[in-house]
Amino acid sequence: MNLELILFLILAGVAAFSSIMVITRPNPILSAVFLILNFFALAGVYLLLNAQFLSVVQVIVYAGAIMILFLFVLMLINTDNENSIFSDKRPIKYFAIFIAVLVFSQIVFLIFFSNPSSLPTGTVEQSVRAGEIESVGRELYTTYILPFLIAGYLLLVATMGAIILAKKKFE
Amino acid sequence: MQVPMEYYLILSAFMFSVGVAGVLIRRNAIVILMSIELMLNSANLALITFSSFMGNSVGQIFAFFVMTVAAAEAAIGLAIVIAIFRNKLTVNIDEINIFKW
Repeated sequence: MNLELILFLILAGVAAFSSIMVITRPNPILSAVFLILNFFALAGVYLLLNAQFLSVVQVIVYAGAIMILFLFVLMLINTDNENSIFSDKRPIKYFAIFIAVLVFSQIVFLIFFSNPSSLPTGTVEQSVRAGEIESVGRELYTTYILPFLIAGYLLLVATMGAIILAKKKFE
Repeated sequence: MQVPMEYYLILSAFMFSVGVAGVLIRRNAIVILMSIELMLNSANLALITFSSFMGNSVGQIFAFFVMTVAAAEAAIGLAIVIAIFRNKLTVNIDEINIFKW
């Protein structure tokens, strides 16, 4: 057992546990708090993958901005708790669990079928350089400048749409 | 790079299927949006895994764009939830059936 594997197992365990908690807590605010925990664990996993820039962006954008938006809306509208998922007797519950297990087993089958470890891998040095903000920024502002501008436009449209939707009272 | 690639991909697959189950089981519109965030994050994890193991930053740029789209989607989705709550005083998607006839 080396340190990297131990760290990965801890972070992956936290991420898996908190993702389960997100969908099983009856109180939506608890769901949101566990989702924030999940995002922090994923930021740690990104650091293990040498993706420093994405790790910081994950904490700032996801845990800092998007989840605050969620919590803000949850505090704004007073929702009552759902029934606990364990006392839920609707047939859709078993159907949903069946679908989820089916999706999971299909993806895991494909992962082992395609054997990604046999793909050509870069050196550790290349991997560290790929995650640095310098190389990500250079690619973003040269090769991917058009998608970058479209993303900015998308954010502008989303801001205007959110203001109009939340402001106007549609009959 | 001592952890095999499959471990990261299995974590990603697990989070994706938990998100799928959440969307199907939960009836609260905001929790459904959170489950969608969970699925987008698992896609990000797979993209970053491949990008890091191949020593190529293109996958991380795609993950960056996924985050942008997730932010836009969360803003619009929550605005719709607020608009519906103002009309119907509920966010339970079983009771929101104004388009059903």
